[in-house]
Amino acid sequence: MEVAGVGLHPFGRHPGTSLPAMGAAAVRAALAEAEVGRGGFQAAFCATAYAGVASGHKVLGALGMTGMPIVDVEAGCASGAAALMLAASAIASGQRDTVLVFGVEKMPKGIIRSSFFDPWQEEAGLAATPAYFALRAQRLMETSGVTKDHLASVVVKNRAQGAGNPDAMFRSAVAAADVLGSRVVCEPLHLWMLCSPNEGAAAVVLRAARRSGVRVDSAVLRSHLPGAVLSESTPLAGLADESVVPPSTLAADAAYEEAGVGPEDLDVVECQDTDAARELLGYEELRLCPPGGSAELLESGATALAGRLPVNPSGGLLSKGEPLGASALGQVVELVRQLRGQGAERQVPGARVALAHTVGRGANAGVVILTR
Amino acid sequence: MVARVPVRQGLFVDADPPLLLGGRCRSCGRPHFARQENCPYCSSAHTEDDAFSGPGRLWAHTAVTAAPPGYQGEVPYGFGVVELPVGLRVVGRLTEADPSRLSIGRLMDLVVVPLHVDDEGRHVVTYAFAPEAI
Repeated sequence: MEVAGVGLHPFGRHPGTSLPAMGAAAVRAALAEAEVGRGGFQAAFCATAYAGVASGHKVLGALGMTGMPIVDVEAGCASGAAALMLAASAIASGQRDTVLVFGVEKMPKGIIRSSFFDPWQEEAGLAATPAYFALRAQRLMETSGVTKDHLASVVVKNRAQGAGNPDAMFRSAVAAADVLGSRVVCEPLHLWMLCSPNEGAAAVVLRAARRSGVRVDSAVLRSHLPGAVLSESTPLAGLADESVVPPSTLAADAAYEEAGVGPEDLDVVECQDTDAARELLGYEELRLCPPGGSAELLESGATALAGRLPVNPSGGLLSKGEPLGASALGQVVELVRQLRGQGAERQVPGARVALAHTVGRGANAGVVILTR
Repeated sequence: MVARVPVRQGLFVDADPPLLLGGRCRSCGRPHFARQENCPYCSSAHTEDDAFSGPGRLWAHTAVTAAPPGYQGEVPYGFGVVELPVGLRVVGRLTEADPSRLSIGRLMDLVVVPLHVDDEGRHVVTYAFAPEAI
């Protein structure tokens, strides 16, 4: 199947713009690219984690485009990947020809209250999401030789790439010294090493027919296996067992197999950089490098825009911010533009095979492989 | 003597030394915390009560510098994962709020600490881990 059209409402803070208005802007743009009008799609999936009941209906209602099934999908940071998986399944089964997928979110600044945690966990101070990121970062430092300088380098790389992205929230390059000079949120993570929850929308039109040239070769979602204590599933305890395969690897392996490609075939990657260490962990989980090789891969320059395998040419969530429901589809929008050669100053030359990765609460991990 | 109330019933025994109240699977034999009816690893419904004691080894640690949602206690506070002898890695508060004073592998005692005072004037307490005196 193909991506017939993509659309985006810039990620950032938009106090004057309602959630349905942001969603409608992204949907309009994607439908226009696909040359699909009202009645031209047979189902719609809306990804959102915080927008509340029937958000997809609000967006399509604002456009006067209701009547087909509209289903909201929530899978934490992987909500957009989950919606895309459902849409792809509906088309692959032959049930639908054209499906609209979009994600919307409007989140406040700072740590977000999540119904995921029990009230007693909040009371005990255990609902501190950045602290879990920090513990995971420390483990990566312990096992993979990652240093705080590497974490700062990820931020410098992504912010430099995001400076060329008009849809990003932060559009300025930063220096490593300034990253390390920003306040410590949870050691080893400084403020600038963490992405900002924000607002935005993204939309993708999937179609069975092949006209546009960008294909979806796999859209896989996997949940976690039990046992790992610092998985995005955020359990209270886990086993002293290093053999538990993380959900991102489960999803990546399934996606590589389905698409008939391997990590060595990739030209460009957008991966979950909720924090700087998460991107490096992603290198290992997605098999972009051997286990323990993430620092070396970063140091080699391979994952910079001019490198062998650019990661997060959009600037990543560190530049764009993270509107949960929209973030995974935002990656797909970026990669579709890259594959079409519309990447402007952040274009990866000759990109033909692209991978998008998100992972979030649940834990759910999504991997999408796109080719042209 | 100020009355003490656990932040959640059935989570730990507020004694000296304290115990964490978890379970063990009668099918696969693996321990879990907090107590569940079904084994989180093999999904067997045949589980039984078990209790776990410290000390354990610090496996990962940080400090929380701003109050997360729903938290009324003081900041900063230590936060980490301690690996108990039973083979469980447990997430919890640490009594040491300066990460530079701890390191991975440090021996940590299981303790019970106050979080805040509730509307009835009682100390709400939770389990935590404290670096063992060297």
